[in-house]
Amino acid sequence: MSRAVGAPSAGRTARHNGRVAQHVAALPPSGIRKFFDLVLGVPDVVSLGVGEPDFSTPWNIREQAIYRIETGRTAYTSNHGLMDLREALARWLANRYGLDYDPATEMLITVGASEAIDLALRALLNPGDEVLVLEPCYVSYKPTVALAGGVPVPVPTHQRDGFRPDFAALEAAVTGRTRALIINYPNNPTGATFGPEDLARLQRLAETHDLVVISDEIYAELTYDKRHHSLPALPGMKERTILVSGFSKAHAMTGWRLGYACAPRDLLEAMVKIHQYTMLCAPTLSQYAGLEALEHSDEDVAAMREEYDMRRRLIVTGLNSLGLKTLLPEGAFYAFADITPTGLTSEQFCAELLRAEKVAVVPGGAFGECGEGFFRASYAAGFDRIETALERIGRFLGR
Amino acid sequence: MERDRKILRLLQDDARLTADQIAGRLGITPDEAREAVASLEARKAILAYKAIVNPEAADADMVEAVIDVKVRPKRGLGFHDVARRIARFPEVKSLYLMSGGSDLMVFIQGRSLKEIASFVTDTLATLEDVEETVSHFALKLYKKDGILIEEDGSPGRLPVTP
Repeated sequence: MSRAVGAPSAGRTARHNGRVAQHVAALPPSGIRKFFDLVLGVPDVVSLGVGEPDFSTPWNIREQAIYRIETGRTAYTSNHGLMDLREALARWLANRYGLDYDPATEMLITVGASEAIDLALRALLNPGDEVLVLEPCYVSYKPTVALAGGVPVPVPTHQRDGFRPDFAALEAAVTGRTRALIINYPNNPTGATFGPEDLARLQRLAETHDLVVISDEIYAELTYDKRHHSLPALPGMKERTILVSGFSKAHAMTGWRLGYACAPRDLLEAMVKIHQYTMLCAPTLSQYAGLEALEHSDEDVAAMREEYDMRRRLIVTGLNSLGLKTLLPEGAFYAFADITPTGLTSEQFCAELLRAEKVAVVPGGAFGECGEGFFRASYAAGFDRIETALERIGRFLGR
Repeated sequence: MERDRKILRLLQDDARLTADQIAGRLGITPDEAREAVASLEARKAILAYKAIVNPEAADADMVEAVIDVKVRPKRGLGFHDVARRIARFPEVKSLYLMSGGSDLMVFIQGRSLKEIASFVTDTLATLEDVEETVSHFALKLYKKDGILIEEDGSPGRLPVTP
């Protein structure tokens, strides 16, 4: 089962040789996709493999969308997205993170944060431009860079550094062609986040080499114990940052596909240009739902955050007590556990664990080469599931 | 206290959590969890641990009613005296002093409509200070103590996503 689903069979390949664009054919299949197919074949799996909340969207948000259907709000919105939503978002970002964006010219509502990242890269890159990508990271960064004609340059981070940026390695990876840097904090899959010191050093790096930073802060609202510091809030950084975020994680709205980008006017306009031709606008109902989320869901978000916070202690204590070294995540809802003592590769470990104990966790190698030797366990799962999974992982390690 | 608030929230979701489980969720020791729960019990912040029963699924003969009660307040005692008297009847599951049209709201549980009716007419309405009662019988249960009776079904989440 190492073949990606949907890959052509040998016969079809012969007949339709060269039909798929070469740069698409050359993209490696997602490691997650491969594992997903494996998991589907096993009934009654206890899955800690999900990258989305296990909560349903808060009811007031769902109810608002129903109301908008009833009142016939089913037309396109402006390319930028509903002005009411952008204005509410600008206020909210100012309150939460001290950001100052103009809703008319510096904000774009997108189809998930994923679209925002794609737009940012397509707006920035000339063919052959290099983009630094801190790994382990979300699976789509490197392919999206490649699809935009760029060259992704992975820069590893390590558990011994708390998965914070290795600035020596970053400096060493910069070339004359480096245009941008993608960061994601709090991080999927490591749970690490960056503090003011990391951000100040990132700013120096970006300024020294004239880089644009694509800052994916989709998990910002799921930061525990400390405050999230947004990169473009640093004086001078707004000019070279494309802030990417969305409603999927903290508001439990993954299926609504609602995200946004905030960027300096020239970059934002370029992104809107692509967006208007390819997407037109984000789904109207989702935009109304997002407005409700910003205005009336703080308490629900706080309750979910508190729940994740408790689960994270449970899972991290559990994994460490099983001998799998796991740092306490500072944000998001993932624990990244070191399995090197088992002597197995991450794919072997996850496949064996799935087969023997029906527990699904995601092989760390899916998030970049330096993720090898780890697995990602999501704690967007109820306490009982986490407890069952831990028990089974313990049994698996003991055999 | 922040810790007590979290413990109450956990136990309101699942009263059967052990001290070890509470400790694991809050990052405290099991002894600390035990002490905190004991203190909540001692000062009656936690009144009891009970099962929430869905009578339909349990096939239990159970009828619920809410009775609005108007009473004549007593000088110096207000509504307390009569409220505490009514509260002592085992048929009364909950009782509140209310603002608005009636004074007391009495939640009653019984085995049959007849049983409740006779409690209201023969007992409640005949109390000296009770001036008027209005009975509302529950027809169907949709949600109890935060639990939806009809679940929404599987949200259809994929087992592995990036």
